[in-house]
Amino acid sequence: MVKTSSLQKTTPSEAVTSAMAADSGDEEELHTDPEQAISASEDEEGSDDERKHNKLLEAISSMGGRKRKKQSERSEASVQVSEFFVNAEGAGDKINLSDLLGVVEKTSGASNKTKKQLRNLQSTKETLELPLNKQQKEKIQRGIAYVKTAEEVSNWQNIIVQNQRADQMVFPLKQEPSGPKRVEQVVAGWKVKTPLEQEIFRLLHSNSQPVLDPVLTPVEEASLKAMSLEEAKIRRAELQKARALQSYYEAKAKREKKIKSKQYHRVQKKAKRKEFLKQFDEMVKSNPQEALEELKKMEMSRMQERMSLKHQNSGKWAKSKAIMAKYDDSARKAMQEQLQMNKDLTQKIVVLSEDEQEDKDEDLEAVPDFVNDPEPIVDSVNPWMRGQLTQEEPEVSRVTTEELQTAEEEKEDEEEELIGEFERKRKMRQADEEDLIPTEDKKHVSEVPGEDVVEISDDDDDEDQEEEEEEEEEEEEEEDVSKFNTLFNLMRSEKTQEGQEDGEELLDEGQVRVRNMEDLEVLGEVFEQQPSATPSVPQTAVADKTSEPQNKKGISLSEVLTKEAKVIKVPFLPTVVEHEEMEHDEQISIIKEAFAGDDVISDFMKDKKKQEEAGRPKVVDLTLPGWGEWGGIGLKPSRRKRKRFTKKMDPPPPRQDRKLPDVIISEKRNASIAAHQVSHLPFPYENPAQFESTIRTPVGQTWNTQSVVKKMTTPKVVTKMGAIIEPMAKEDFIKGKSSTAAGKAPAIMLGQRDKRAKVGEKRTSQKKPGKRAPKRRKQ
Amino acid sequence: MAAQEELNPSHVEKKAKKKPAKRYWEETENTEQNKPTEEESKAEQKQKTSTATEKRKNAERSLSGKEDPFPGEKPIPQKQLRKFQRGEKHKVPARAGPKLKHAIKSSESLSELAQKQAARYGLMLPEDAGFLEGDDGEDTCTISQDDIANAVDITSGAKYFNLHLSQFGPYRLDYSRTGRHLLLGGRRGHVACIDWQSKHLMSEMNVMETVNDIKWLHTEAMFAVAQKKWLYIYDSKGVELHCIKKFNDVLRMQFLPYHFLLATASATGFLQYLDVSIGKEIAAICTKMGRLNVMTQNPYNAIIHLGHTNGTVSLWSPNQKEPLVKMLCHRGAVHSVAVDKTGTYMVTSGLDRKLKVYDIRAFKPFHSSFLPAGASCLSLSQRGLLSAATGDVVQVYQNVWGSSPVSKPYMAHRLRGQVCGVAYCPFEDVLGIGHGQGFTSMIVPGAGEPNFDALDTNPYRSAKQRQEWEVKALLEKVQPELIGLDPGLLSKVDQASFEQRHKERVEVMGFDPLAKQKFKPRMRKKGRSSAGAVEKRKRKVAHEDQRDEIRQTVEDKVKRQKEQKEKSNKRKELEKKSALDRFKK
Repeated sequence: MVKTSSLQKTTPSEAVTSAMAADSGDEEELHTDPEQAISASEDEEGSDDERKHNKLLEAISSMGGRKRKKQSERSEASVQVSEFFVNAEGAGDKINLSDLLGVVEKTSGASNKTKKQLRNLQSTKETLELPLNKQQKEKIQRGIAYVKTAEEVSNWQNIIVQNQRADQMVFPLKQEPSGPKRVEQVVAGWKVKTPLEQEIFRLLHSNSQPVLDPVLTPVEEASLKAMSLEEAKIRRAELQKARALQSYYEAKAKREKKIKSKQYHRVQKKAKRKEFLKQFDEMVKSNPQEALEELKKMEMSRMQERMSLKHQNSGKWAKSKAIMAKYDDSARKAMQEQLQMNKDLTQKIVVLSEDEQEDKDEDLEAVPDFVNDPEPIVDSVNPWMRGQLTQEEPEVSRVTTEELQTAEEEKEDEEEELIGEFERKRKMRQADEEDLIPTEDKKHVSEVPGEDVVEISDDDDDEDQEEEEEEEEEEEEEEDVSKFNTLFNLMRSEKTQEGQEDGEELLDEGQVRVRNMEDLEVLGEVFEQQPSATPSVPQTAVADKTSEPQNKKGISLSEVLTKEAKVIKVPFLPTVVEHEEMEHDEQISIIKEAFAGDDVISDFMKDKKKQEEAGRPKVVDLTLPGWGEWGGIGLKPSRRKRKRFTKKMDPPPPRQDRKLPDVIISEKRNASIAAHQVSHLPFPYENPAQFESTIRTPVGQTWNTQSVVKKMTTPKVVTKMGAIIEPMAKEDFIKGKSSTAAGKAPAIMLGQRDKRAKVGEKRTSQKKPGKRAPKRRKQ
Repeated sequence: MAAQEELNPSHVEKKAKKKPAKRYWEETENTEQNKPTEEESKAEQKQKTSTATEKRKNAERSLSGKEDPFPGEKPIPQKQLRKFQRGEKHKVPARAGPKLKHAIKSSESLSELAQKQAARYGLMLPEDAGFLEGDDGEDTCTISQDDIANAVDITSGAKYFNLHLSQFGPYRLDYSRTGRHLLLGGRRGHVACIDWQSKHLMSEMNVMETVNDIKWLHTEAMFAVAQKKWLYIYDSKGVELHCIKKFNDVLRMQFLPYHFLLATASATGFLQYLDVSIGKEIAAICTKMGRLNVMTQNPYNAIIHLGHTNGTVSLWSPNQKEPLVKMLCHRGAVHSVAVDKTGTYMVTSGLDRKLKVYDIRAFKPFHSSFLPAGASCLSLSQRGLLSAATGDVVQVYQNVWGSSPVSKPYMAHRLRGQVCGVAYCPFEDVLGIGHGQGFTSMIVPGAGEPNFDALDTNPYRSAKQRQEWEVKALLEKVQPELIGLDPGLLSKVDQASFEQRHKERVEVMGFDPLAKQKFKPRMRKKGRSSAGAVEKRKRKVAHEDQRDEIRQTVEDKVKRQKEQKEKSNKRKELEKKSALDRFKK
């Protein structure tokens, strides 16, 4: 009756209830929805005030919560009541929850609570969620478990870090105090004095903890009570018997195992099987569970047999037997036996499974053992080491008088040879010098014969004599020396050897690079062509040579050996100095300075240039003639191609001696020390400088005092010999537990009271495990 | 309780006898009594110092109650500290992890401790060095040896003496490392070893051959003599122990004490190293520099310096076949070379009559001075005095590497014959001079190091101590591979690239351990291993490692070409476009 106007206002939940109400009856409608009733009544225009008033009252009363069952009267036909609305209620419909609910609603016996619940049930449309699948569940569980475990494990973090950083760890961490003294003995003569101690003791007394004699608690004493002698004897006898039986059994088994007869074993097996079956039958009665298991086993073996082709006469052996079976009775028998076996097995008979033996073939691969040792090339190559130089001499000295004449003849021959040798050598040298670059010859030029004269005049008489002696000695050596020198000249373009051919002791007798006249003649022409452009006074200091921009071509001669020399005024003892000589010396020095140096210098410069060249990487030409073009005699690959295939290498790092004109520093890497160097930066360090700084202080006794050496070389870990190293106990080290542990602290801890007093000092006590309390006791 | 006492009565008795230890509750009573005095002292201290120092003072108060006027450890002078400083301190980087921080901090603290302790022990070096000082206007170099010998005490005076040995003249000499023993070798074969301080002749002989040089080995029990042909080793009694024929025509020798190496330079231009401890030739280097008659060692890094006739000085180590460094020092031949104890300075003299001082670390000339007569023999003392022999005069120079080059000698002494060898005696103010007429021991005040390291070179050691030292020294022997210009290289990280290291490894092992094995096709039966098939199979895996690279480069190339083409097309289009194109349909 109220429907049309009210339906639009209602919320879905209300709609449900209203639908419910429509089914149950009109009267009900009025109860449940007073507002609608009001609105419905408003529809009627021009109705009595009284009725209105009554309805209002009704509505108000229904709002009060108590639901009175009161039929509403219908005094007048309304618009909404028509014959179309009237129908047989609940004729062909199924019963819904809502139907029942309506009944419940009506019945007064049902409690409000259940009604409410039912209504809620009605209103909630949500379905239950599916339970999470296994993986997700486990994931969540794992996550939670991880968090928990991490928290638990992180308790150890501090102590672990501390131990890792400790300079030294002494194991076992909990160390018994050294010496024979026992704690209770130490405590014996000691009396309670401080208030704190008194309090502790009061506590201990109240808990019946042993105070003065804390050796054994009652529990321990009980546990220590040994078993009686008789008991021990009985036990021993039992053990003896068992041992004897075991040995008998073993011996028997051994004996039986050695029997080789097949027949015997077959019989044995059969007997065993029978025995087993019997046992099984018994077992079925006595112990059905075990029997079931046994049964399962049998079933398993049966299954396996059924799957395999083991006893079905399909193997190689069986096939061969099958051929023979026609004629051979035993073969037939064997086959039948096999089949029987199969049958047996497939019919619930257990066969003990045999273990497979695994053969492990150890294939050891042969390690290549041809590690070539780098061969020391020292002697075989080295012509000097053959010792021809002085070996010949003793033979000469041992010559007897009889052979003297022949020796003399030989000597003459030798002389001739010597002359020939000299000539050859000279030619060789000339050839060499022609090969050389003209600039190099410059140095030879500068030598002035006058210098020689001067030098010779310096020599003392004594020294001359000496020299002569030596010359005599070494005349014979000279031949060999010259040979070697020619070798040298071939090997090197340098001419440094020249002066030494005479091989004298050239120490203090003003020795000068002596050059024979032939050389000078050869070089004379060159000398005229090239004026010696070398600066005559290199003494003028070029102090600011480093500031000058380095020209790329190299170092000019003037830059080399430019250190200004200061003349030392030697106040000689009067007897030493002769003034005439002094003046003479000065003259000599002036001449020398003018001419002596430059050949040495240019020689050195050339050497340096050569070294630099050698150090520079070469351009690699990878051009292949004939590829992509015509090839043949007289045809060269095109320039474009060559340009394309020549590879330029990166320039080497700048040389160490680039700013030192008169120094050549070898750029070769010293590989021998590399084997001993640290090649990879160790872990915590980020750059080599850090690591190098940590190892910069030497450790040895040579550089340090004894105490420092001891400190530097303390072992990281010290273990006590014979002591058991147990894992760390949680309550000893973890802070959270320590507070509870402190509460339990027994009387023995008294010696350590001041250590325990502060939490901060706990760490120190851990570092010195020797001072830690030996044991903890339970109360 | 009683049982306990019976159990260990002695212990209890001891306890009874002992004065009971002080307890903090006892102290509280005392403090109450002492309160007024303490307050007074506190008041005083408050005026004087801060609370931190006050605490320390309280702690260090002696039993008598007097305050220690110098609390704490004795401060170490900065100079002393600097002497023992090893490298620069390394600061902990700002963003370092805890492990790195800890590593650096602990090592820093250790090295600081080591430095401090070493500096503290410097107190135990009581001796000090001094020099000769003349009166006003008197030049020290005019003071004769006789005057000095008369002026000093008898034992010191006895250190000036002459040995007249004119027969087998000129003499070369060598002092043992402890400075007790002297070895003399005359050119004409006379060899003598003397305990020169007691003037006790240990042995004397004539080897009947030219003697080029002599050298003590690691102890005074053995010495090496370079004779005319071979190198010989004798013991201190003069018994020939070895004749080493691998070493011929040796002219000069040097002994490297920490490496047990005897380095020899021969007339044939060979530099050879003999390991004395194992009797093996370590290295033989052909210097290609001709006759080698000038040789010295750098005691700092065991590098051998050779002087050559072309005015160069070359530096050698047994690990390299070419000179580490070659320096042009003189315009003429080099006569003599000497290197100071710290390995910082090198002094050379040459035919051009110059005396040059080099900074050997930077290879730069430091000073150069002109000696009118040139110097044939040079020697540097432990304290840095330089002796130079010019003819028959030996001059001693002081402050050779000072700010200005030397202008006049510190001492001078004239001898009878030509000087052939000069050497300072370690730990003594004595200069030994070998010359044509024998040997002269000359007093040079301030030459020797006054403090010796008794564990290393003890002049007063007994035979037993010497034996012990020998064993220790052999255990601590430095391997010849470690010889190099920079002895600190061992404590550096080898930063060579992987390739370089690999190359060296291959060189040492003789094969490449990382080389990939060449593909070898499996032999197949049934005719599938024909040459063609094998080749095909080979081709399948050929250049497998390079394929990716090649593919990449080819792709890049194609891409580049494409781009270029596009660019050029665009350009063409632009060029082609004319104003009338817009009307085209």
